[in-house]
Amino acid sequence: MTLTPAATLPLIVATPLLGAAFLVAAGRRMPRRAAETAGTVFAAATAVLALSVLLRGTAPDAPGARAVAWLGGWHPHGGAGVGIVLVGDRTGVGLAAVTSLLVVAVLAYSWRYFDEPPNRQAGTFPALVLIFQAGMCGFALTGDLFNAFVFFELMGVVAYALTGYRVEEKRAVQGALTFGVVNSLGGYATLLGVGLLYGRTGELGFAQIGARLADRPGGSDGGASGGPDLLVLTAFVLVLTGLLVKAAAVPFHFWLPDAHAVAPTPVCMLLSGVMVELGVYGTARVYWTVFAGPGGIPTADAHRMLLTLGTLTAVVGAFMCWQQRHLKRMLAFSTVAHTGLFLVGLAVMTPEGTGGTALYVLAHAGVKAALFAAMGILLDRYRSVDELELHGRGRELPLVGVVCAAGGLALAGLPPFGTGLGKAVTEEAAGGWQAALFVVVSAVTGGAVLRAVARIFLGMGVRPEAAGQAEARADETSGTDEEPETAGPLSRIPDTMLAVPVVLLAAALAVGVVPGLHAAVGRATDAFLDRAGYAAAVLHTPPAASVPSPGPHWSVAGVGLGLLSAALACLLARWAVRRTGPAHPARWAAPVRRLHSGHIGDYVAFVLAGITLVAALLLPSLH
Amino acid sequence: MSVLPYLVAGWIFLIGCYGLATSRNLIHAVGCLAVCQASTYVLLLAVGYRDGGTAPVFSDLRPGARPVVDPVVQALTLTDVVVGATVTALLLALVVQVGKRHGTVNPDELSELRG
Repeated sequence: MTLTPAATLPLIVATPLLGAAFLVAAGRRMPRRAAETAGTVFAAATAVLALSVLLRGTAPDAPGARAVAWLGGWHPHGGAGVGIVLVGDRTGVGLAAVTSLLVVAVLAYSWRYFDEPPNRQAGTFPALVLIFQAGMCGFALTGDLFNAFVFFELMGVVAYALTGYRVEEKRAVQGALTFGVVNSLGGYATLLGVGLLYGRTGELGFAQIGARLADRPGGSDGGASGGPDLLVLTAFVLVLTGLLVKAAAVPFHFWLPDAHAVAPTPVCMLLSGVMVELGVYGTARVYWTVFAGPGGIPTADAHRMLLTLGTLTAVVGAFMCWQQRHLKRMLAFSTVAHTGLFLVGLAVMTPEGTGGTALYVLAHAGVKAALFAAMGILLDRYRSVDELELHGRGRELPLVGVVCAAGGLALAGLPPFGTGLGKAVTEEAAGGWQAALFVVVSAVTGGAVLRAVARIFLGMGVRPEAAGQAEARADETSGTDEEPETAGPLSRIPDTMLAVPVVLLAAALAVGVVPGLHAAVGRATDAFLDRAGYAAAVLHTPPAASVPSPGPHWSVAGVGLGLLSAALACLLARWAVRRTGPAHPARWAAPVRRLHSGHIGDYVAFVLAGITLVAALLLPSLH
Repeated sequence: MSVLPYLVAGWIFLIGCYGLATSRNLIHAVGCLAVCQASTYVLLLAVGYRDGGTAPVFSDLRPGARPVVDPVVQALTLTDVVVGATVTALLLALVVQVGKRHGTVNPDELSELRG
């Protein structure tokens, strides 16, 4: 029996769950090595399944390839149905494949990472990671709003558990709790929105809700008066709340630096590499397949909302990234800044902007995961992730330094890294002041990493003891007394821990230089934005013809801007290490820093403020 | 259909958020999160309610004989309860660990992560 793409889709979610169940059942009796190998095998099998669907779906003769699987065989009749659907369009399956490949990399990285397996249970960590993988793949593939919520919570709960994996640590449990409360609150807001939409339309599928919204009296007259009413607008804002919390858009982002600073490094690789981006994907998916049509949110209003949130997120993220001395926290804020850029890219609302964003996300996953992996090596070797305390101590690890430097340049958008291409295509599509925003934000986030590289691996700048700034101030998280994740300091870096970041960086490079991939991303984006085609595939109605757009490709201006921001990043890093004054003066930065108080109540208040902000930005669309 | 249940759901969500924002005790905060979630139960059941409807069990009911309430939202609510139980249990376990490691469950005194 050959496995059709549609029949493979449920397996992509089921395989890691089976693996997790196997590890929970048998992990108690397995030695650590066997449990970790089993976990890696299940993750790799899932990656193979996702890739097989992807490769068959992206064949040039399969123009609108969307695999649709109705679970339990409950097919819709006449556009109405009660079944649960998985839709594997290229974007969804592609994300599932990236997620699975990153999970394989993370499991390989953690072979030698945790010295101490938890008591009597060698399978705990790989089992949790496999459930995380199932949640993320399910979220990427689901075509049903309620199932999106369930997968959202599934990946959320596992992520909280993984963040607080080292329960003996003070900070880990605190960060995990903040993460859990804020994300769950966002999830419940999403569920309220789903409930409202079900009340209005009687449907739960993306495509079905979209079709029903257009049927509303006053909404079907060609879109002239096709704006949302108050209920649809409220539902959109509520559904978006959970997704934006997951995507860490300002002001929903406060959980992210706390969680990333305390989570075990392999978990950070997954959180920053794909989970946050899945929030961005969910936002785009819900908008395009549910709300983009008549009776939904008009393009101009969605553009205004995404552009405002994206700009705010990028600026705050880059600003806070530059202020950090805790290396993992710095990378966390860098993720916030890049999420802002992704949202700005989506706000362009064209195939070019979305395709560029897709490439950017793809390459960002590799670069950010590689950088976190390098920080994990530093943490295990020196028991510290403090930029100032590590001053000059990284000289004995030249390869890690090279990885960090390349990662920093890639974050800044240096061609031919995939991040450079994604950034170039997106900023070209966005144009105007938004292109400047892309250059500045990516230069600052890349520059912060390069600054750390110059201090740690090259020993540049004044020694912090000499400048009297080694002590952490009360209002910052320094990272000096972090618990390493091995029993003793590593004397020699295990090969797997070095190979994984190198491979991930190479993958990010490949995203920039393989032309076939760019064409595939272009086709995936066309299919992603083709709302009618999606509905046709799900509801079995005849599809409309769509015009293919050229895939993302390098341009002279793009290369120039990429080189410019990389050069800017180097200059920023050089300026920062050359300064003789205190490294983190920034009294004027204190108000923004003080907002990140680590207090759950404050963060919840900011989520409410964010809901109000999003609603206010969308209010003009109301008829 | 009355709009009252929807207003009640909104009120419960907001009062839960208020409790979360002002809480001085993490156990209380997790309880407030559960209150927020209770608003989703109220909303879902309000969506599925039919005047004069009965339970959607067709074993002793001829289809079409009388209105039934929407079974889909009941399934959703049940799933939601399961999700909520998992989240609440995990968060309470984390609060226990916070209490053990920090010696306090007052969020005002947890100031390890800032800036």
